[in-house]
Amino acid sequence: MNRFWCCFFIFWPILAVLVSWYSPDMDWWFPGEPGTPIGSQIDDLFYLILVIVTVVFIGTQIALCYVLWTGVKKQKGKALFTHGSHNLEVIWTIVPSGILMFISLYQLDVWKNFRVQSTFPEAAIEAPVAEVTARQFEWRIRYPAPGKVLKLTPQPDDLYTVNDLHVPTNRPIVIQLRSGDVQHSFFVPDLRIKQDAVPGQVIPILFEVLKGGDYDLTCAELCGWGHYKMRARVLAQPESEFNDYLLGLQQEQNYDGVADEPAPSLAQQTKEVRQ
Amino acid sequence: MSTLNPAMDHSGVHDHGHHELSFVQKYIFSTDHKIIGIQFLITTMLMLLVGGALALGVRWQLAFPWQNMPFFGRFFMAQGGAISPDAYTMLFTMHATVMIFLVIIPVLAGAFGNFLIPLMIGADDMAFPVLNMLSYWFMWPAIFFFGLSFFFGGGPAAGWTSYPLLSALAEAAPGSGTAQTMWLLAVTFIGVSSMMGSVNYLTTIINMRAPGMTLFRMPMTIWGMFITAILQAFALPVLTAAGFMLVADRVFDTCFFIPEGIVVNNADPTRGGGQPLLWQHLFWFYSHPAVYIMLLPAMGMVSDMLSTMCRKPLFGYKPMVYSMAAIAGLGFIVWGHHMFISGMNPALGMTFMISTMMIALPSAIKTFNWIGTIWGGKVEFNTVMLNSVAFVSMFIVGGLSGIFMAAVPVDIYIHDTYFIVAHFHYVLFGATLFGVFGAIQFWFPKMFGRMMNETVGKIHFFLTFVGFNGTFFPMHMLGVAGMPRRYADPYLHPYLEHLLPMNQFMTVCAIIMGFAQILLLGNFILSIFYGPKVGRNPWNGNGLEWFAPSPPPHGNYDVPPVVYRGPYEYSSPLVDDRDYLMQTDYLPPKEPDKESDDSENDSESKET
Ligand code: HEM
Ligand SMILES: [Cu+2]
Ligand SMILES: [Cu+2]
Repeated sequence: MNRFWCCFFIFWPILAVLVSWYSPDMDWWFPGEPGTPIGSQIDDLFYLILVIVTVVFIGTQIALCYVLWTGVKKQKGKALFTHGSHNLEVIWTIVPSGILMFISLYQLDVWKNFRVQSTFPEAAIEAPVAEVTARQFEWRIRYPAPGKVLKLTPQPDDLYTVNDLHVPTNRPIVIQLRSGDVQHSFFVPDLRIKQDAVPGQVIPILFEVLKGGDYDLTCAELCGWGHYKMRARVLAQPESEFNDYLLGLQQEQNYDGVADEPAPSLAQQTKEVRQ
Repeated sequence: MSTLNPAMDHSGVHDHGHHELSFVQKYIFSTDHKIIGIQFLITTMLMLLVGGALALGVRWQLAFPWQNMPFFGRFFMAQGGAISPDAYTMLFTMHATVMIFLVIIPVLAGAFGNFLIPLMIGADDMAFPVLNMLSYWFMWPAIFFFGLSFFFGGGPAAGWTSYPLLSALAEAAPGSGTAQTMWLLAVTFIGVSSMMGSVNYLTTIINMRAPGMTLFRMPMTIWGMFITAILQAFALPVLTAAGFMLVADRVFDTCFFIPEGIVVNNADPTRGGGQPLLWQHLFWFYSHPAVYIMLLPAMGMVSDMLSTMCRKPLFGYKPMVYSMAAIAGLGFIVWGHHMFISGMNPALGMTFMISTMMIALPSAIKTFNWIGTIWGGKVEFNTVMLNSVAFVSMFIVGGLSGIFMAAVPVDIYIHDTYFIVAHFHYVLFGATLFGVFGAIQFWFPKMFGRMMNETVGKIHFFLTFVGFNGTFFPMHMLGVAGMPRRYADPYLHPYLEHLLPMNQFMTVCAIIMGFAQILLLGNFILSIFYGPKVGRNPWNGNGLEWFAPSPPPHGNYDVPPVVYRGPYEYSSPLVDDRDYLMQTDYLPPKEPDKESDDSENDSESKET
C-alpha cells in the first residue's frame, strides 16, 4: 500500500505534464496567435516562464517522490538524525533568487514599453482613435469626426457606435477607456490586451493590431449580473478602409432622411455594420 | 522573556477542576480554549458544507448553463429551478465569502489556534479566556448577517472583493442594496472576532510559555499562529476602516469611493470626488496578508506533522522560521499585484512585481525544507502523512502559477481569468485545506481521546485529491484560453464555446469531491463516540500537547511541563529504546546536556 501511494504522488504530476503538453492540440490553449506586438512578447514571456516552472515542477515533484520512496523502504532502525544543512540552505536560497531576479528584470522592458504612458509614441497619444465607454452592459464608442482630433469632452460632430470598435491596423494606436457606471475591464483575448475601466478616470490603452479581422471584446471585471454578456468586437482594418468607415459613419449620422439617396459608400457601410 | 517564573505561570492550574460547571458553562459558553477550539472546528466544518454547496451551484451553471438543477433548483429565484444571472453572481460571491471568512480563517486561527496554542506552549489556558469565548461568539452575528443577506435582493453579488461602485451604489445591482450593507457588517463582525483571537494569541504566546520554552523551541505550528496573529493585528484594522468607509458611502452619502457624475442604472448622477481605486488599495492591503493568514498556520502544522510522521527532525528549523517571517513581512508590500491592470500607475506596478517575485523565494525555501524533512525519514502512509504530502505537492503548483501572474506583462492577459482561480484554489484548497484535513486526523485523538478511522480517512483523501485535481488543474488551461472568471455563461462568446465539455468534466470531479466531504464529517462524528480510545501520545510525538492527558482536563496538564529541548528530536541518538524524545523528557546529565544541534554531526555518522 505504501508503494501505491508513492506511485500515486508521482502519477499525478506526470498526468499534469502530459495534459499540459497536449493542451495546445486539444485547443485548450491561447485562443490564437497574438495579434499585437505586445501579444507576441507576452506569449514569449509566458513560454519562458512555463519552461522554467516546468523544470522546477518536475524537479520538486521527483524529489518529493524520491524521498517518499526511500522513506517507505526504510522500515528498520531509526530515521536519519539531522537538523538540516547550512550549505543546502544557502544553495536553495541563492539559486531560486537568481532565477526570480532574472525573470523580474527580463520582463521590465515589455511592461515599460507598452504600459508606462511616458513611453507611448507621441503621435498615438495625441490623436486617440476612439473613446470607449463601458456601461452595464455594453461598450459605447465615440470617434472624432474625420480630420479632427478626439477631445476629452464630447463634441457635436463626434461619431458614435455601440459594441463595434473599428481600429486601423499596422500602426500604434491609443484608445481612451472610460467607465460610465461601475468598474469594467476591456479585454481582447486575441490581442492580449486588458485594461480596467475605472469610473472617474480616463485610461489610455496602447496597442497595434497586426492583421485585419474581427476580434472578440469581452469584459473582465465583475460589473453586475450581466457581466458575462458584454460581448463586442474589435474590427481591425487597413487605414484607408478605416477612414472610409468613419466617412460613412459621418454621412449616416448627418443624413437628414430627405435627400433622394444616401451616398453610395453609406449603403455599403450600413450593410457592413449590420452584419 | 524566555523563561517565566514557574510559580506564577502555573498558579492557574490550582483554580481549575474544583468546582463543577453546568453544561452550558462547560460546552456552550465555555471559556476553556479546548472547547472553544472544538466549537470553532465544528462550526467551520458545517460552513465548509455550506460553501461547498454554493460552489456546486456555480459548477452546475458552468457545466449546464441555464438548465434546471435537479432538486436544489427550487431554492433559486428563476422559474423552473434554473440559476438566474444574478443568482449566479450571488453564488460565487457567497461561496468565496463563506470559504474565506467562515471556513479557512476561523478553522486555522480559531479552531487549531485555540486548541493548540496553550497545549503546545505549556499554558493552562489562553491569556484572556473570556475574550476567547467572545471571539467565538462574535462569529455568530457574522453568520447571521451573511445568512440574512440572502433575503434581500437575492444576496450580495459584488464578489468577495466587493469593488465599488458595484458595491457602493444600491442601484448597481439587485444584490447591491441592503444585502451588501449586511455583507459589510458581517465581515466587520468576523474582523472583530479575528482581532480578539489575535490579541489573545499574541499575549498568550509571548507571556505564557512553560519554563524552558524559549522562542526557538516553539513548534512551527506556534510560529505559524504567532506570525498570523501579528499579520491580523496589523492588517485587519485597514479592512475594518475600509468597510466602515464603504458603509458610510452607502448609508451616510459620503463619497470616499464614489467619483462625480456617475449615472448608474438611470439613477441621479453621483456627487463627490471619491476614488474607487482607494478601495482596492485598502482591501488588498488587508487581503494579501490575509491569504497568508490563510496559509501560515497550515504550513506550521504540516511541518509538525511531517516531522512526527517521518520520525525525523524538521529540516532547517531556523530557515523555516525566518522564511515564514519573510513571507509575512513581504506580504505587506505586495498587495499591488492584484491591481496591475486596475488603472493604478503602471510604474508602481513594477515595484510590486519585484516584491511579489521576492515573496516566491521564502515559499520555495519552505518547500525544499519540507522535502528535506521527509528525506531519510521513515514513511508510513497514514491519513495524516497523505494529506501533508498532498499539501506540499499542491503548494508547489500554487506557488509556481503565482510566478506567471507576478510577471506583469503576462498578468495583463491572465488577470481575472480562470488562471487566477486555479492559482488560489491550489494554495487555499490544495495546500491549506489538505493541511487541515491532516491536522484534524492528527490532533483528533488529543481533542476527544479517540482515533479517527484510517480507512475512511484514506478513501476521503483519495476522492478529494483526485476530485480536486480534476476540478482545478484544467482551470489553468481555461485561463490560458482566455476564459474570464465570474461569467454566468462563458459560452456566449464564440472563442469559449469549445470549452463546455471540459467544464462538464470539471463539474463531475467537483461533485465527487463535494460528496467525499460527507466521509470526513461522518468519520469525525462517529469517531467522537466510537473511535478506539488512545492514551496521551498516540503518535509518539515530542510536543507538549502529547504530554497532557487525552483529552486534556480543564487546565490541561496534570503535571506542569518543563521544557528541555526543541520539539523535533525524533530518532535522537541520546535515547536508544525509542525514536522520540519529548520536550519534557529530562535526561540525567551524564553527557553534558547540550543543545542537540551540537551533537548533529556525530549522530549522523553513527546512523550511516
Ligand atoms: C509563491 C508565491 C505567490 C505569488 C508570486 C502569488 C502571486 C499572485 C498574484 C500576482 C495574484 C494576482 C493575480 C491577478 O489577479 O491577476 C495572486 C492572486 C491570488 N493569490 Fe497568490 N501568489 C502567491 C502565493 C499565494 C498564496 C500562498 C496564497 C494563499 C494562501 C495566494 C492566494 C491568492 C489569492 C486568493 C489570489 C486571488 C484573489 C482574487 O483575485 O480573488 N497566493 N497571487
Ligand atoms: Cu463586466
Ligand atoms: Cu496577493
